[in-house]
Parts: sequence; C-alpha cells; structure tokens
Amino acid sequence: MESQKQVLERLRAAFRSGVTLPVHFRLTQLEAMMSLFEDNENQILEALHEDLAKPKFETVLSEIEIVVNDICYAISNLQTWMQPTYVGTNLATKLDDCFVRSEPLGVVLIIGAWNYPLHLILLPLIGAIAAGNCAILKPSEISRATEKLLAELIPKYLSQECYAVVCGGAEETKTLLENRFDHIFYTGSQSVARCILLAAAVHLTPVTLELGGKCPCLIYGRLDMKAAAKRLVWAKFFNTGQSCVAPDYVLCTTETRDALLPFIKEALESFYGSDPQQSPDLGRIVTDRHWDRLVELLKKSEGKIVIGGESDKKTKYIAPTVIVDVIESDALMQEEIFGPILPILTIKSLDEAINFVNEREKPLALYAFSDESQVVTTVLERTSSGGFCSNDGIVHMSLPGLPFGGVGASGMGNYHGRWGFETFSHKRGCMMRSWLLECVNVLRYPPYNESNLSWLRWATTAKKKGWAACSVM
Amino acid sequence: MSREQKAVDRARKAFLTGRSKSLEYRIAQLKNLLRFVRERQTEISEGLRKDLRRSECGTPLYETLGLESEINLAVRDLKQWAAPRPVSKSMMTISDQVYIQPEPLGVVLVIGAWNYPWAVTIGPLIGAIAAGNAAVIKPSEVSSHTSKVMEDLLPLYLDKELYPVVTGGVTETQELLKQRFDHIFYTGNGTVAKIIMEAAAKHLTPTTLELGGKSPCYIDNNCDLSVACRRIAWGKYSNCGQTCIAPDYILCDPSMQDRVIEEIKKNIKEFYTEDPQKCPDYGRIINQRHFKRLMGLLEGSTIAVGGENEESECYIAPTVLRDVKPDAKVMQEEIFGPLLPILTVSSADEAIKFINQRERPLAFYIFSSDNKLIKRMIAETSSGGVLANDCLMHFSVTSLPFGGVGNSGMGHYHGKYGFDNLSHLRSCLIKQLKMEGMNKMRYPPHTEDKLGWARFFILKHVDFGSLGRMALLALMAVFVAVILQRYFTN
Repeated sequence: MESQKQVLERLRAAFRSGVTLPVHFRLTQLEAMMSLFEDNENQILEALHEDLAKPKFETVLSEIEIVVNDICYAISNLQTWMQPTYVGTNLATKLDDCFVRSEPLGVVLIIGAWNYPLHLILLPLIGAIAAGNCAILKPSEISRATEKLLAELIPKYLSQECYAVVCGGAEETKTLLENRFDHIFYTGSQSVARCILLAAAVHLTPVTLELGGKCPCLIYGRLDMKAAAKRLVWAKFFNTGQSCVAPDYVLCTTETRDALLPFIKEALESFYGSDPQQSPDLGRIVTDRHWDRLVELLKKSEGKIVIGGESDKKTKYIAPTVIVDVIESDALMQEEIFGPILPILTIKSLDEAINFVNEREKPLALYAFSDESQVVTTVLERTSSGGFCSNDGIVHMSLPGLPFGGVGASGMGNYHGRWGFETFSHKRGCMMRSWLLECVNVLRYPPYNESNLSWLRWATTAKKKGWAACSVM
Repeated sequence: MSREQKAVDRARKAFLTGRSKSLEYRIAQLKNLLRFVRERQTEISEGLRKDLRRSECGTPLYETLGLESEINLAVRDLKQWAAPRPVSKSMMTISDQVYIQPEPLGVVLVIGAWNYPWAVTIGPLIGAIAAGNAAVIKPSEVSSHTSKVMEDLLPLYLDKELYPVVTGGVTETQELLKQRFDHIFYTGNGTVAKIIMEAAAKHLTPTTLELGGKSPCYIDNNCDLSVACRRIAWGKYSNCGQTCIAPDYILCDPSMQDRVIEEIKKNIKEFYTEDPQKCPDYGRIINQRHFKRLMGLLEGSTIAVGGENEESECYIAPTVLRDVKPDAKVMQEEIFGPLLPILTVSSADEAIKFINQRERPLAFYIFSSDNKLIKRMIAETSSGGVLANDCLMHFSVTSLPFGGVGNSGMGHYHGKYGFDNLSHLRSCLIKQLKMEGMNKMRYPPHTEDKLGWARFFILKHVDFGSLGRMALLALMAVFVAVILQRYFTN
C-alpha cells in the first residue's frame, strides 16, 4: 500500500518526464474518462443511490451527463486551447513575436465534496488533464460508495502514473495538505477552506475554492406564478436541497407569497405525489449527522411550517418543507441550509430585498424571478454573486461557456469548459526579440540624456491610438 | 479604531456608495492619475534620487513612461473591458441571454515594493481603479522618500476615500492585514508572501503575488554576442541589479566565458564610464542591510570584473563573477544586486536540466540566433515569462500577462490582465418565464422517456457553425413544436 508521499513522488516523476504534455496523451485520457462513464453507468447509479438515495434521473443529469458533456467539449476544443495566442505588438516591437503559452502547473490536488460526489471531483479533473497536469483526487469520505467506486475505476481507466485516488478522512486530508502541490482545487465549506488556504500558504500554492453560502431567491413584480413555482421547486428540492447553488431562501412581498404558495404546493404534489416519502424521485439526506442538523433547524425555527415538516430518522427522510414568517434572526437564516427546507421571508419593496442581500456575504448564486425585465436588471446591477440566473435555478451551471465559481465568501477562481483548462494552466508571456533595431535600443542605454529621452517619449505617445500600448525602454 | 482600520473602513464605505461603478468616474480617476504622473515628475524624480540614486532620466524610463502607457490603454479600452462578454449557448438556452459580466471586487489592498516603487505600486492600482474597486495603497517603507511623495501628493489628484495611501512599516502592514479585503496584491519576496497568504486565509481573500527568484540567462554559442552582452549588461545593471526580472546569472559554454566577460566589461564602461561610482547614471544599493548581504554573496567566488565597493555610499561596482559553482553562496538566493555570476554548461540540454532542478523563476532569458532552439528551451522549462534575445522588455508589453508561477508568484497583470485580475467575472443567464413546456422533461415524476429527451436536450452543447446554426434552429423549431404538443396539454 503506497504512502501518500510515494504517490506524490511517483506523480511528480511522471510530470517531469513530460508524458502529460502531448495533446495525444491528454485526449487519450479524456476519452478513457468517457469510457469510464459509458461502461459503468449502472454502478454509478447504484453508488449514488446508496450514498444519497439519488433518483436515476438526477444521477444521469447531474453526475453523468454534465461531466460527459464537459469531456466532449474539452476533447473538441483542446487543440485550440493549447495553441499559443499571438498578441499585438507595436511600432518598436513590430519585428518581435509576442505570444502567450498555456502551460501545465504540475501536480494538482482535487478535493471533492459529498453532494455531487462524482461531478465535483471529475469535472475539475477534466480541466487538470486537459491542461497537462498530473492529479491526486481526494474524494469525500462521506459519500462512501462513490469514494469506493472512484478508487476502483480511476486506476482502471486513467494512467496510473499520472493520476491517483487518495482516500481518507480529515486526518488523511490534513497530512496530504502538508505536501507541496502546484494547485489545490477544493469544493466544500468555508471553515475547511480556511485550513486549506493556510496549508497552501506554506508552499505558496495557488488555490481554487468552490464554496457555498445562502443563495437568495428574489421573487418580485409581475410574474407567471405557475412557471416560477415549478422552477423554484425543481431547483430547491433537486438532490433534496443539497446543492451549493440551490435557492436557499426566498424574498418576496406578502402578496406574492400568498399567491405563490398554492402553486408551490401544486408543483410539489405533481413532482412527488401526495406522500413524498413514497416517491422514488426524492432523495435522502446524506448522513444522520446532517439529518439531525436539519431537523434541529426546523425545531429551532420560529417560522410557521405551511408545507411538509415531516421527517423519518431511519431513512434519513425530510419532507419538502416550506416555512413562512421567517425573520432575519431565525435559526434557518444563520447558516447555509443545504436541505429540503425553504424559508420565505417577506419584504415590502425591491430595495429592501436588495439591501437584505447586500448586507450578507456574497452568495455563490443569486436568483431573481420576475416577468419585469427592469426588476431583473435592477437586482443584477445592485448585487454581487458568483453567478446569476433569472427565472430559473441551477441551470446556469450547465453551460460550459460560463465560468462557474464564487466571489468573496462563496469562493475564488472558477472552472467548467475552457475555464477549467485555464485554472489549471500557467499563462506564460513570451517575447522573442529581433536582433535588429539595436539602433532603437540605443535610446534606452546610459549615458542617459534628454535628447534620447524625448525620442523615447515621442515613440511612446505616438502609440496611443491603434496600437497595443508599449513603452519603449 | 486604528489609523489603518479607519482608512479601510472609509474606503469600504466609499465603495458602497457605488460611485466607482460608473465608467466615467473610473476614467476620470485614471486621467487624474495621468495628470499626477505628468505634473509631478520633479517630485517623483527627487524621491527616487534620494531613495535609489536614480538619475533624472531614469524616472520616466523605468517608472513613469510605463505607467502613462498603461493608463492610456485603460482609458481607451475600459468600455470594452467592462462590457458584458457573450458566451456560447446550448440548445435549451438559445433564446436566453448568456454572458459574463465583469464586476468590481470591492476593496483591494496594493502592497508595493521599493525597487521600482512607482511601477509596482501604481501599476496594480491602475488595474484596481479600472475594474471599479476601491484600493488601499501601501507603498514600501524602504523607499521612504517615494512613499512620502505618494502620501502627500496622490490625495491631491485621486479620490481620497476610495484610494487612500497608508504608509508605515511592518507594524502598520500587520495592522492592515488584519482588516478584510476583497483582494490583496503584493509585490515583494517569498517570505513575506507566505505571511500575506496566511493573513488572507482568515477572510478567504484571494491574492496576487508578484515575487521573484533567480532568473537564468542562457547564452547560446550561436548568437550575436556583442549585442547580447549589451542587452544583458543593461538588463543587469539598471537600478543596480535590483530588479525582480534582472538576469540573475548567466549559463554559457566554457569556451564563451572569456568573451562574455570582455563584452560585458566593455558595455559597463560605455554605460557607466571608467568610474561608475562617479557616474550619475549608476545607482546605489537601497540600504546597508542589502549592501552587507550582497558583499557576503561574493564570498568564495572569483571576481572577473568590478568588485569595488564603498559601504558609506552603499556603492557596489558593476561586477562579474567567473567559473561560479552551483553551490556558491551567490547561487543560493536571488541576488538583487549588481553581481553577475557566470556558470559554465556544456550544452543547452545541461542548461535546461540545471534550470529545471531549481525553483521556477519569474523570467527566463535565452540568447540565441537559432529560433528552433529557443522554442525548445521554452517548451522544456517553466517560468513566469520568457524573453529571447533581450532583457526586461517583456515587462513593457501590455498585451502580455506579467506574473510568476510556483515560487515566483501567482496571478498576473498589465493591460487587460490587470483589469480581469481585479474583477469578478460573474456568469449571467437571463431567462424568461415563457416556454415552460420545455421544462417538463426535467420535472419529476421521472420516466425513461423524459430522461431520453433530457439527455439529448438539456445538456448537449453543440458548436454552431454559421450554416449549422440555421439548420439546427429549424430542427429545434420542429422539436419545440412536437414537445409543446406532446407535453403542454397536462
């Protein structure tokens, strides 16, 4: 059984050998990842069901298809991404070549989370492989079945020289972090993120943090209640509310709330039937600990449960629950819910809603539902968040062209599509100067004099319009 | 409340008023900054002269011309940089707006260095202002006269609340680092950088670290040696070698060493006369501590050129060391002074191996007339940036990202990179509540049928060619009609 250090040394040696550099190698690895999904769909469905009682539909969409999609995207675009980008030169550097190369960082560490255990560890891996790195994967030990599956399948499909899975809990992760990596990619909570940053500081390692927070959902103005309710309910109770981009709470006026509630109820019934516990399409809470946490929140809350509220410890079941009359100081508003509980807070105006949001940490996602485009624009312009989606939830994550990441307390850095490739690359500025034009260089050499300086000044200011600015030294 | 806390607090309050959001405001501030740089050349020069014995011409050449260039670029291109950036859509989002909106981060901390105090303190500030942030400016206390000029004069040109200058030493910096920032931009050394990252961890603050390292300079047998040595001598001895991207040491074939030494000696004389100590164009070491450090580095190595020094003046002559061994004192740390060691290697491969055994430098210099060799050396090494056949110049190309990798730093700036680095690129998906029929396939109760549709529709990303786009749109219209018919009726 290899020690962590041995694994790391092996990967570092592989990286140094240059094996991950050629495009052919990277494509082969990405194709192998694709085969991993194609050959093992049933096992994946089983593992996710064991960990989270995830319905097949959700597993297919949010664990398989989204990753496979990104693999395809990377495979089709890799050659382009890997090309050096030639950049503009100016008068003094016309005979020179200036370009930016995207180069691998080295050996990277990807730490996954338990709520989308396959997606959150393999999607970053796509970017790491595409960029030419070696990678250590540390899946979440909480989603045990998926952890086991990854440990089994990754060495089977991907190059064992270059990619390894390291399993374990907090202790093993802590030890792992004592090593030097060239990038650490972490998805999870803010408290652990701080430890990761501290560990990274020791080696000056750059870090990407995909965290969470309370994603507000503002519902305001004129709107199609039925459609809004359906989308809200879908986004909230997908994966039993255990999504970093789930709408955490709703802000709306009393009138909107009262008009919306019957539609929410209707949507829930149409999705999960009159007894959601019997529905195969509703997942379960991941662990007893989290179930306890959520039930405790419900107990402590001073709001009024209008839908749901039932729970069953044995099956880690919590009914889709909607609570109204929730105020700022409520227990439900003190932490990211990460469960099937939807508090509705009422506000009197859009300004009040926006101020409420802005008084809090920047969320990973911010949602605004309205048929009035002015409302959407106002919310967008006056707030800040990792991402923004109007009139729907979660789906902005599925577009590979959009960078997925947080800001402030919700994280730093981003990925998906080309952004993943860039995250795991170093952009190296390269300039190849010509041997000619030494006569121009004369202007910069000592002994300095005013005459040379004024020529240089002239050469610089002439470049204001139409040229990439560059100071001639 | 401490002075530092007050400054940060005020900057945050000023940011929250939203006045830095408008492009007009940002451009006005940038233009004020430009005016400052142009109107106050005398004060700026005077400060630099006292701090670094920088000559009069050295001010624009090494500090302010570059800033003017960056400011002009930002003013010219800001509208474009700050505009929404549309991205490719999927089939399901074809009628939606999908774009990235650059937004300010909030309050940025810019910690400058002493070697090019204007370039590395105001340079990042340009990006911060352009991106719409507030910025607390902490100039290096080591270049104390320049620091004073910044403290006294910047507030006369820039918004005092949004861009305060906070001067001070270690204690004041530590107090600043206790505050919460939305980004910390630091230029300096690795030791302090680690402390900064640790402080940033507390608030989950992202950082840009522009550090240094030993930037190698490889001279190939096949090159115009006289031009090469001229450019190297300029790159090395400007600012007395106190440049984060100065060529730190030379790697060349043993047969070249004597000629390299001769050429560099010749250029030193041309640039700085027979007696550099008396030449106004030759600088000084910043302080006694660094002077002593540099003198210590000479131990155990053979001086081929220079070596003269005078402690009272912090003067060290432009110096070349020959036949230097890898374990020599001068090879154990970034030199940051006018000592140029030459190590001999028998081939480009040996040079590559030597470089790769060490920490990744901020810059890598290759002098060769063989472009193939240059490209190979680039491909087989890693560094912040690369410059072939010259020194330092890549710093001034605003379309190239300037930054390190590994020990030489993280993040980059200059030009648009400076803007993006201090912005949040917010993903935006603007949907309507219409076309609800389409969503039916994703709602429970789940069926195999719906799953099939969803698999095909929801996530598939297709690269649209212009003709393909037409065809696909037509096809999509058909599908939409079918779906709406099949699913819309409850």
